[in-house]
Amino acid sequence: MKKQKKVKPGRLKRRENMMGYVFILPWLLGLLGLVLFPFAESFKYSLNRIIINPVLGRVMEFRGLENYRNIFLEDPDFLVQLQGYLAQTILAVPVIVAFALIIAILLNGKIRMRGFFRLIFFLPVIIASGPVMSQLMDQGAASIPMMNVSMITGFFADYLPKVIANAVSNVFSNIIMLLWYSGVQILIFLAALQKIDSSLYEAAKIDGGSGWECFWKITMPTIKPMVLLNAVYTIIFMSNTDTNSIINLISQRMFSTSASAGGYGYASAMAWCYSVVVTLLVIVMAALLVGRKDIYERRAKKYRREQKKQQKLAKKFRRRGERNARRNTKKASKAA
Amino acid sequence: MQDAIQKKQVKRPKNRLSYKGAWKDRLRKFVFGSKEKEGAGKQVVVYVLLISIGFVYLYPLLYMISKSFMTVSDLLDSSVQWLPTTGYIDNYKNAARAMNFWKTFKDSVIVAGIPTLINVVICATVGYGFARYNFPGKKVLMGLLIFSFIIPPQITMMPTYVFYTDLGIINSLKAFVIPAILGQGLKAQIFILIFWQFFRQVPQALIEAAKIDGAGHFKSFARISIPSAAPAILVVFLFSIVWYWNESYLTQLYVVGATGGSESTLSTLVVSLKTFESSYSAAASQSGGMMVSINENIKMAGTMLSILPLLIMYFVLQRQFVESVDRTGITGE
Repeated sequence: MKKQKKVKPGRLKRRENMMGYVFILPWLLGLLGLVLFPFAESFKYSLNRIIINPVLGRVMEFRGLENYRNIFLEDPDFLVQLQGYLAQTILAVPVIVAFALIIAILLNGKIRMRGFFRLIFFLPVIIASGPVMSQLMDQGAASIPMMNVSMITGFFADYLPKVIANAVSNVFSNIIMLLWYSGVQILIFLAALQKIDSSLYEAAKIDGGSGWECFWKITMPTIKPMVLLNAVYTIIFMSNTDTNSIINLISQRMFSTSASAGGYGYASAMAWCYSVVVTLLVIVMAALLVGRKDIYERRAKKYRREQKKQQKLAKKFRRRGERNARRNTKKASKAA
Repeated sequence: MQDAIQKKQVKRPKNRLSYKGAWKDRLRKFVFGSKEKEGAGKQVVVYVLLISIGFVYLYPLLYMISKSFMTVSDLLDSSVQWLPTTGYIDNYKNAARAMNFWKTFKDSVIVAGIPTLINVVICATVGYGFARYNFPGKKVLMGLLIFSFIIPPQITMMPTYVFYTDLGIINSLKAFVIPAILGQGLKAQIFILIFWQFFRQVPQALIEAAKIDGAGHFKSFARISIPSAAPAILVVFLFSIVWYWNESYLTQLYVVGATGGSESTLSTLVVSLKTFESSYSAAASQSGGMMVSINENIKMAGTMLSILPLLIMYFVLQRQFVESVDRTGITGE
């Protein structure tokens, strides 16, 4: 690999590039004022007790880690809801991603009225806002009508611990909502599928590959980055929707006047805990999906290892041959 | 080679029932398909799957439409499943009165529209800055852009709320407009990335040609780059308006405020749906027996009213919406 020589921009170019700052100036100000400053401020809040005093305004009192301690030891709701959130997200993300992939593959085939189906599958993205969702869930319009949900949930409730059983029954009874959340993912998968070079499939077909093999050895490796993207997107989306009970809990605690479990400081601490959990979830998901090498890499690695072994062996034989030759000449000279 | 093919053809002539069990082969070929042609059976399976899943997708919507036209007696009548017995639109009338539909609709358009327009302008400018110039520290700033997208809004919510309160812009439209001006509108990071992607593809030669003709930085931005980015502008506009329209958490916190609902303050359709039950009962008690007490059908009618404008927009501009994901280049070029 040759290293490309970097061309340093001249002075005129450099001065021109400074114009870039002018273009991004508004965003830069926003970043400082509305992202980085609140970010730091929020951490400070989380270590304080903040009381709204009618005379003095906001009064901050440094309390160290007290807020965090209260969240984990005294708050009746947070841990319970966090458990529920985790169980539900971990169950829902694979369901959504797998479903989106299946639909995308179906749509990618030669079918008529593809535009019409795409229209239907994208529709929820437009209308699925929090209040609409919760109205529909209240009405029970979110479960498939022919499915006997109560039987399924009853079955799971008998055999699984309560948190998981609740999450499973939640998935089943609101399955349409989960399907509704996968509109963007379907389109992302579809766009990725359509970019796969069709000559790859033709080549595989000539070599006698079946559809199943083509899927696992061509389609999957190519769209793997999209699987990760969709999984992360789904997690972030699910943690920020209005129907998520934790974010509602946070805003409720924010305006609550309770002495030990309320106020801006307490809510900030809670938001930090929640964010750490969400980030961990994303990291775990990314590690699961990125870490695994695909079949070609594994094969190539195996091949390289084998080659190294053979080279070593060849070297050994060559050396042995040389040694023997030397010995033989010595013997011969001695004999002479 | 040639011989082998001919032999095969002799052995098994096409479309002829001349050998034993040929019809079985043909049937199998018809249902499961061969390497050249997809089988009819497979096609049927695909269509059945697509149509049934499509129905499941539309089910809540159909349910909502059907329920919203039913009278109370239809709701209780177990023989009425889907089609209401009469064309009954009082649910809509009552729901519209409770939501104060026309005023709320106007507010929604304002609350979604004005920040969206600002979003488009600012995001285009910032995206252009990132795409065209190689200033020092660009990579770090791009990293910060991604970072500001990933951090959960709950973290920055409290200090921002306090900050807005200190500035005195809380409970007004300014709480949405000012962040939008500073490039921190709702999901503005995505839009900046979309524009960045787009402006990178504008050929450098065009801009150089403009420069030779005497166009400055801003002129070449406004006259050359903006017109070529029309698809990106459309995508950003549509999604921004949809996201602002559907946002209820932040709208309630910053714009509507805890009091909300009075004549002077703004309130969007989605937020008023959130508080639909209480506002309905308030409106019902005011009307003095004119309105029936709340039932599921009225709730469904209210939900329908709040998404109706978006639905209409979606069906009018469907192509732009559906093709948008391809255009954003999110799948990598």
